Amino acid sequence: MAGLLAYALGMAAGLAGYAWKRTGAWFPKLLCFLSLTGALLELAASLGALFSRSELAWSLSSGIPYLTYSVRLDPLSAYFVLALSLLAAAASVYSFDYIPRSLPGDSSGVFSFFLNLLLLSLTLVFTASSVLFFLIAWELMTVSAYFLVVFHHESEESRKGGLLYLLMSRGGSGMMLIGFLLLAVGAGSLDFTALHGIGQTLTPSFGAAAFLLLFLGFGVKAGIIPLHIWLPAAHPVAPSNISALMSGIVIKAGIYGMARVFFDFYGALPVWAGMSVLVIGIVSALLGVLYALMEHDLKRLLAYHSIENIGIILMGFGAALLFRSFGYPKLAALALVAGLFHALNHAVFKCLLFLSAGGVLQAAHTRNMEQMGGLIRRMPSTALFFLVGAIAISGLPPLNGFVSEWLTYQALLSGYGATPTLTRLAFPVAGALLALTAALAAACFVKAFGITFLALPRGEEAAKAREVSFSMRSAMAALALVCVLLGLGAAWFLPVFDPIIQQVLGFAVSPNLVAGNGLILTAGSLRSGSVSTAVMAVLLMLLGAMPLLGWLVWGRKSTRAAGPAWDCGLPGLTAENEYTATAFSKPLRMIFAALFRPRREIQAEFEVSPYYPKAIRFESEIEPTFEKHVYDPLRHSVLAAASWMRRIQTGSIHAYLTYIFVTLVLLLLFGVRG
Amino acid sequence: MIEQVVGVVTQMALVLFLSPLIAGFIRTLKARLQTRRGPSVLQPYRDLYKLWRKGMVIPETASWIFTATPYVLFATTLLAGLLIPAISAQAPLSLFGGVLAVVYLLALGRFFLALGGLDTGSSFGGLGSSREMTISAIAEPALMLAVFTVALGAGSTNLSVVAQSALGQSWRFLAPSQMLAFAALFIALIAETGRIPVDNPATHLELTMIHEAMILEYSGPYLGLIEWSAAMKQLVLMALLVNVFFPFGLSSDWSPTAILISLLWFSAKLLVLAAAVVLVETTNAKLRLFRVPELLAVAFVLSAMALISTFLF
Repeated sequence: MAGLLAYALGMAAGLAGYAWKRTGAWFPKLLCFLSLTGALLELAASLGALFSRSELAWSLSSGIPYLTYSVRLDPLSAYFVLALSLLAAAASVYSFDYIPRSLPGDSSGVFSFFLNLLLLSLTLVFTASSVLFFLIAWELMTVSAYFLVVFHHESEESRKGGLLYLLMSRGGSGMMLIGFLLLAVGAGSLDFTALHGIGQTLTPSFGAAAFLLLFLGFGVKAGIIPLHIWLPAAHPVAPSNISALMSGIVIKAGIYGMARVFFDFYGALPVWAGMSVLVIGIVSALLGVLYALMEHDLKRLLAYHSIENIGIILMGFGAALLFRSFGYPKLAALALVAGLFHALNHAVFKCLLFLSAGGVLQAAHTRNMEQMGGLIRRMPSTALFFLVGAIAISGLPPLNGFVSEWLTYQALLSGYGATPTLTRLAFPVAGALLALTAALAAACFVKAFGITFLALPRGEEAAKAREVSFSMRSAMAALALVCVLLGLGAAWFLPVFDPIIQQVLGFAVSPNLVAGNGLILTAGSLRSGSVSTAVMAVLLMLLGAMPLLGWLVWGRKSTRAAGPAWDCGLPGLTAENEYTATAFSKPLRMIFAALFRPRREIQAEFEVSPYYPKAIRFESEIEPTFEKHVYDPLRHSVLAAASWMRRIQTGSIHAYLTYIFVTLVLLLLFGVRG
Repeated sequence: MIEQVVGVVTQMALVLFLSPLIAGFIRTLKARLQTRRGPSVLQPYRDLYKLWRKGMVIPETASWIFTATPYVLFATTLLAGLLIPAISAQAPLSLFGGVLAVVYLLALGRFFLALGGLDTGSSFGGLGSSREMTISAIAEPALMLAVFTVALGAGSTNLSVVAQSALGQSWRFLAPSQMLAFAALFIALIAETGRIPVDNPATHLELTMIHEAMILEYSGPYLGLIEWSAAMKQLVLMALLVNVFFPFGLSSDWSPTAILISLLWFSAKLLVLAAAVVLVETTNAKLRLFRVPELLAVAFVLSAMALISTFLF
């Protein structure tokens, strides 16, 4: 709770600084220090709650009916607060130098105010334990994130992205509100503890309606396809520390909501519910990564990868729901752990990637990868940390992304035995599509890292880039270290999930999943499959040292010279000879042409012969399927309906009085009947 | 404990020193089928020895990624080789990673190799990296679905358990699901090891090369390490195929006689599979790059059929 206080202090100080307009260099640093303090205190609180297995609860009545300010730190909440505080600490350290450099002086107060408000409201979202308080915290989070997204409001792109985000979030919270009310009516209470297991007591149609509304409502925030279009519009335009928090943890609020509703409020759901979550997960993962591959805006690329990873998390959740309805709690526990672990892992490596991208953006002054290149020589640390994040997000061993994807694969494979019907075929097919997603993600990050950091700089700004400051680098270093630790020490970390699984399924999960004194991770039992990232990492280092040793012993005499790379006989290799991001993804653009519907236009100017063009203009774009075929018709019909409705808005005060009178009479009649 | 150490050392030596021989055998047999004399089967060893003693030229544009890549590639491939059953049904380190770890270790090596290709700034490197990552991505679902079909049959992703369960019923490969999964994996093997009709390991023509384009700037010992790793990767995938589907002759302990007998079996099975690869390579022309997805789609359909047929039979 002391963490909340520190955030609140940060808010107050930010506001005060804004009011005074008198900000020295120390001022933004003080604000970041306050949010760092808050984050560290919360980190301690959540770790304490997870390991001591005690629940913190605290409640304050408001005097307003149905509203109590009640906060409870149960294991599920504590887990998400853990992720939040890790990211908040890193983002605060990053902001020490980022805020003064990237934001104009006067605005740093108001920026920090909203940053602290966002962190505070996120904490409340994860810990609130009554419906109305949860919704209030949710709205606070949405609004504070909106103000941070449009912070560079001079650019139209920011304003548009922010507006789209706000509009879609409104729609989502509307659905959530109705869904929560349906549940609360069934329970006769607004308290989260009273809602535990309420799904079983509702009538099927009531329960199904509430499930769908809550799934879609939280899905807007999480960015599931087809409700994702705000995400690649809003995340990239925000300042980079905010993008990191948005993609890292704000979208996880949607995941937290789903976990809370699916596993705490509902017991066993019907098969269609789990299946729809699984299918939405697959679609989001696959389309997310395919769209990411087509991007050459570094931050938009990362934003699309958030959609992909939300899909992978939902594959775990969907499988867990299915296993629960088939009556296999142990498998459900495995799948749920896979989903939750991936949520934390994604939070960490996505925050890391966005923070490094922010460093690149600050140094190269562009988000366009085609203008970058060669940054590994100019910003070696940033490049190394981005590489760690890239390996983790591609699900490659031995880092944390591999562990949670491995658990997801194992859960999906075990699902084959859980049911005798044709439904079982869905599990291995989902596994194969997860493999496709992961391989495409690896291709995408070869592109992102290779084009951004390797070879020769493609633009003047990239050639002049400088390494970012120490505090920004140390924030990235800390997150990279967390990626490594969560990867190598995964089996030691798993007991964290025990109280969560205990809470929703009633037993501890880590004894089934950990063997060999915490060295080996298993899929339920040693026989069904096991992996040890720690042993793999040690062996990789030993085996990699073998050729080095051989070279030291026998190969010392071989010479080593630096020379130019092969330039096809042209006068020297220039940046124009390099492969571009667009060219890199061209084979996949052609293979998936049915999805992307690429359009390209080439204009060449020549004087004598078409074989010797003077200038070439090349333009290529892909069709934004969802925007064009789903949202454009929707927008048009809403506008048409609005202009039709305008007829009743005559501008005459008499007419308005009549409307009020008629409404009043109708309400009275309705009241009398009810 | 002693037995495990013996197992690890034996298998490491096997993967390291048998792999160039298989590569040489494929090269020689291909030459003979084309009525050429071809080099001796020992040529790859001579190549490696030669490269090891040469000096090397590092492109001025390259960073430490270029230097790290050969080591990463070597370590990941060799570790993958220790996770698979080769001559004993009990793979030495299979407890520390099953079939998923094998696939992902190879993917880690490929990730760095593709970065190494981009690092030089030459257009060939980028071209090779782009094509390699594309082809491996679309080969992945077919490979994984076929692997899953086999793993589901054994109820485990641990390759020792899979091999032992195959050993229990040696004639299982006649089942439709196993035959279909084998066909799918065979296509995936051709794509992953870069052989005709997907990639031509003998070409250096700009328009057609994939793997060779990525490693164009490597020379000397680094090139040797990469070539060696490519040979090891080929051996690892071939061993996976022969031992999971045809487990004949896998020994159950690490005693010298058992090792010798199973080594003979293992070599014989590998030679037959290598001959099959050579036959495909000599009787087919290289496909255009944008025809390759169709071939891999065939592999995916085959593995999907394999999965469905486990449900039916």
